[in-house]
Amino acid sequence: MKNDRQRTFLMITIPILALFICFNTIPLIRGVIYSFTNFKGFGSYSWVGIRNYIDLFSDGRVGKSYLFTFKLAIVTTIVVNVLSLVLALALNSKIRAKSFFRGAYFLPNILGALVVGYIFNYFFTYILPAVAEMMGMNSTSILSDPKSAWIGIVVVCAWQAIAMNTIIYISGLQTVPEDVYEAGGLDGATGWKQFKYLTFPLIIPFFSINMVLCVKNFLMVFDQIMALTKGGPAQSTESVSYLIYNNGMSGGQFGFQSANAVVFFILIVCVSVAQMKFANSKEEQL
Amino acid sequence: MTEKKSLKVSVYGPMVFLILGLSTIIFPLYMTVMIAFKQPSEMTNSISGILSLPKTWSLSNFREAMVVTDFWRSLGNSLLITAVTVALSLALHSLMGYALGRNKAHSKFYSFVYLFIVSGMFVPFAILMMPLAKQTAELHLANWAGVIILYVVFYMPMNILLYSGYLVNIPIALEEAARVDGASTWTTYWKIIFPIMKPMHATVAVLTALAVWNDVMTPLVIMAGSGKNTLPLAQLNFQSQFGTNYNLAFASYLLSLIPILIFYVICQKQILNGVVNGAVK
Repeated sequence: MKNDRQRTFLMITIPILALFICFNTIPLIRGVIYSFTNFKGFGSYSWVGIRNYIDLFSDGRVGKSYLFTFKLAIVTTIVVNVLSLVLALALNSKIRAKSFFRGAYFLPNILGALVVGYIFNYFFTYILPAVAEMMGMNSTSILSDPKSAWIGIVVVCAWQAIAMNTIIYISGLQTVPEDVYEAGGLDGATGWKQFKYLTFPLIIPFFSINMVLCVKNFLMVFDQIMALTKGGPAQSTESVSYLIYNNGMSGGQFGFQSANAVVFFILIVCVSVAQMKFANSKEEQL
Repeated sequence: MTEKKSLKVSVYGPMVFLILGLSTIIFPLYMTVMIAFKQPSEMTNSISGILSLPKTWSLSNFREAMVVTDFWRSLGNSLLITAVTVALSLALHSLMGYALGRNKAHSKFYSFVYLFIVSGMFVPFAILMMPLAKQTAELHLANWAGVIILYVVFYMPMNILLYSGYLVNIPIALEEAARVDGASTWTTYWKIIFPIMKPMHATVAVLTALAVWNDVMTPLVIMAGSGKNTLPLAQLNFQSQFGTNYNLAFASYLLSLIPILIFYVICQKQILNGVVNGAVK
């Protein structure tokens, strides 16, 4: 009987593990191997050692895409978390039609990012400039200016991500027992003080979840870029994922972009691990 | 008196804020519906021309958009891929979560496999996409079947984490009792453990379905040469064909949003619960 149990476990684990290795580990290893070649995506190729990696660091376009991706991720994460916290506090207060509001505020999250991007593309190109013109301001689309196009992407990413983060903050706020506020109220902790000294410390685990989710998702941004700017104008909004897709899949830079992807992968792991370490140390202090 | 006043502020303040905030969600959707129903001739260059109600509520844009984007076939592909992926995820990921969850505490092999698969969560699609495009072509999997296999692999880390986490709450005594009655581990799993994990199945189904339904990148990279589309991929591929006929484009956007909107209206509670469970666990 004991044998039957162990045999069953092995018969479950081995085929599924094999599937995972086949379509996750092996492509990952192949990606690393390609990064040491000058493969174009077709035809023959030869080994170039670490030249792709050296070229990466001197390639202006790659450097620009990292700067843009990190700027986008950091700004959007801050915007999203501040707004979601405020929204979550409002949605968790004593209001009417609570479940209606919660349902409505979550709506953006279920819609496909690509189509949402197309809708906002129209909004930025036609509606917003017309409003600006009526108010006597500069009436060009923010997406057509290399200085401001990234703001459009922040807005669209935030519009969808706020829904998710708000829901997580609400479930955090619900774990705070009512008597904490009552006891705090006796000590004069109300309003901002209450939030700073009572509410926020108690929902830090949820804050950590949101930070990790946000940063990881925004670093990998792709759909919104595809729908809003396609990396333009003047390559000012090329995210790392978009650059790898665009130049690696159809631009003949298969090998070079593989090296880029390897660096990107290592960066994502480092950022995630650092965030989790930081979150754990914060939670231990409490 | 002052207490009453501050109570009023604390009730109406959030309410006003929430109603104002809601407009930022409703406005893009309102704009979409208005443009989708209008004719190009009604779209004068002023905002009022774009945002006013259409003169007649005609479905002609939708009919045309359905033809241009081959709507029903794309919808069918999307439904097929999502349904099969969810079914396979529930079956395979729960089994794997069970095998790993029950053994990782006392077996080095299983705890290694668990960590190995769960750390797959950090692998960005960007590094996999080029090798996978090659590999699926070599294996003749550059089609919807290949996309499904990839989804089953991509969502495995997250779902196994969820399932084996949930399993901690299910007492092992249940299985031992069944074993004493002579049931095999396999039978016990399907008769007892699988049904008990129902709340986690709901979470996994919701998370997987939403992610698969809205995903653009995997079908874009894998199915690009197959001539077949999913709903989001059709939007991407036919975007240039709309030209400046925004009414047609918006009719098509709206069409592609309708299935998920219907799903959301029907299962809103399960979706919200599922998303929260998935993130917090």
